[in-house]
This record gives sequence, C-alpha cells and structure tokens, in this order.
Amino acid sequence: MKSRLIISIALSLAIAIPSLVSAADYVIDTKGAHAFIQFRIKHLGYSWLSGRFNNFDGTFSYDEAKPNASKVEVNIKTASIDSNHAERDKHLRGKDFLNVDKFPEASFVSTGYKDNGDNTATLSGKLTLHGVTRPVDIAITQIGHGPDPWGGYRRGFEGTTTLKLADYNIDYDLGPASREVELTLSVEGIRQ
Amino acid sequence: MWRNTEHHYGLISISLHWLVALTVIGLFALGLWMVELGYYDPWYRRAPDLHKSIGILLFLTMLLRLVWRTSNPQPLSEGTPLEKKLAHKVHGLLYLLLFSLMISGYLISTADGRAIDVFNLFSVPAIISGLENQEDIAGLVHQILGYSLIALVVLHALAALKHHFIDRDQTLKRMLKPTH
Repeated sequence: MKSRLIISIALSLAIAIPSLVSAADYVIDTKGAHAFIQFRIKHLGYSWLSGRFNNFDGTFSYDEAKPNASKVEVNIKTASIDSNHAERDKHLRGKDFLNVDKFPEASFVSTGYKDNGDNTATLSGKLTLHGVTRPVDIAITQIGHGPDPWGGYRRGFEGTTTLKLADYNIDYDLGPASREVELTLSVEGIRQ
Repeated sequence: MWRNTEHHYGLISISLHWLVALTVIGLFALGLWMVELGYYDPWYRRAPDLHKSIGILLFLTMLLRLVWRTSNPQPLSEGTPLEKKLAHKVHGLLYLLLFSLMISGYLISTADGRAIDVFNLFSVPAIISGLENQEDIAGLVHQILGYSLIALVVLHALAALKHHFIDRDQTLKRMLKPTH
C-alpha cells in the first residue's frame, strides 16, 4: 500500500515537472481537427487543385519572451492524402507519386525560427518527403492566441511554402505548370 | 440450334462464351496498358472510361449468361472422372473470379460515391463507398484477381487443346459449332 502511494506520487511528479519547466510546449490539436495540412497544385496551368493530408500529428514550443527559440515537429501519414477523388488519391499514393507503401511518413523538423516582430516569422527546417530530406523555409503568420472556453490555452499559426516535386524525386510529368506544389499548414496548439 | 442439348452447346451459349473470352482478354490488356499511360497521353482519360464501361457491360452479359446456363441443359463433359471433376471446379472458379473481379473494379471507381458512366448512355451509382482505404484495397484485389483469372484462363485453354489434340474428343469443337 505504502509503496503504491510512493509510486503514484513519483508518477504525479514525473508528469507535473516537465509541464512546469517548459510551460510553452504545445500539442497540435489534430484530435479536435483544428489543424490542417493542405496543398495545392496547378492543373494544366488552368486552375488550382487542392487537397490535404488527413492524418498527422505534431508539437511545437513557443515562448513569447524568446520566440526565436521556437521549435516545431510534424509527422504526416502520407497515405491520408485526400483530394476528394478516390481514383486520383489511389494514383497519388502509388509509385508515380508518394509511394506510400515505401514511404508511409513525411516529416518536418525545425532547425530555426526568425521572428520578424510583426506576428510573422520564417521557420526553417528539414522536410522529409518521398524518402528525400531537404531544407525548407516556411513563411509563418501567427493568427492568434489566448485562453479557450474550456480551461485551456491555445496558440495558432499558418505557414506556407512552395516545393519543387522534382526535388523530392517525384518526377511524374503533370505538365510544365504543375512542377511545384504549395503547402499550407494551419495549426492550432493546445498548451500542455 | 439456339439452346443447349445434352451433347451440344447452342448458338447462344457459344456466342456468350467467346464474347466473354475476347472481352476478358481485351480488358486485361487494356488494364495493363492504361495504368502506365502518361498524363498528357490522349488515352489517359479515355482508356479507363472504356475499361469501366466495357466492364459494366460484361457484368450484365455474365448475368445473362448465368440465367441462360441455369435454364439450359449442360452438355456432358468428356474425359476421366478426375478430369471431369477438375473441369467442373475450374469452370466454377472462372465464374467466381470473374464476378469478384468486376465487383472489385466497381468498388475502386465508386469508393468516393461517384457513379460509373457507361459510354455516357447510363450510369451505375455507388452502393458501397467510403470504407477505410476502399480504393486501395479494392485496387489491390482487382489486380491480384486479374492475374489469377488470366492464369486460370490459360489453364482452361490448355485443357481444351489437350482434349482436341491428345484425347481427340469433341470438347473444343462443340464450343466452336452448334451442330457437328
């Protein structure tokens, strides 16, 4: 009985202490779907085609006193690509594009954050996609932050970047107007 | 002439058999070819539309064939008891594979609730859609069944040739001519 008490105290401390020392850690609210990873690519050069990844998770840390110390990590399940067309999604998951059997995950890990002081920033990091890891810069806008109605604290950002598909060895020819894809990450984090 | 007898296939059964045979081989070739087409190929959209339209018509033809088969006598098969048993099993399996193949194909194209247009004449609505990874699982099943069916077709054809050239019986001939 006594040992159980000690274990439960130790466990409570183990859970409580990290949240005390790093009060600015956030978990991206994918559970409540207040986070979206969307892409768009030109179709033939005549229109925009949009889609998204439905399954991903991630965390970030943000300290208002030291914004340049911010860190972000996001993992994406590539098979969750959804362009609202089953046959196209099947093609996108296949060998011509994401090859999700071989590369089931894509990830982004930040390496730097440069705050511009006007709620915008440049987030640098390494993006791994289709088995290729490359540095990318993401233009960030902080949308807002504050308490939520249910006792938590939330902070949200939007980031955009443009990728050349060929840089990630995705070389299926969709035409000259469709060699780049725009990525938009809209994330809301719940402070832990 | 039209209907089967105990010893002969009628013209309807013979026509249906060869129509289905040619269509199945054609759809297999078309399927293999169309998935490799580049985005700017003129057939990139046309070939899958053709594959789906013909597939739906094949399904209707197979329903007709089943009805005709059950309402006609089946000519007695020739060969040893083991060969007869095996032939019967292979015929059953050909039907089973063919129907599974067509259903799995239907489930790929209707996975998101979209209907299948048949030559812009009519469309077949989605019945089952939105299952987890439906288009991927149905696609894999469709591919495996496609190869399996063709393997079985080769066995079926070799068996017919064996009857013709080795056993020298009527098995192949009666599938070519309604009367001997």
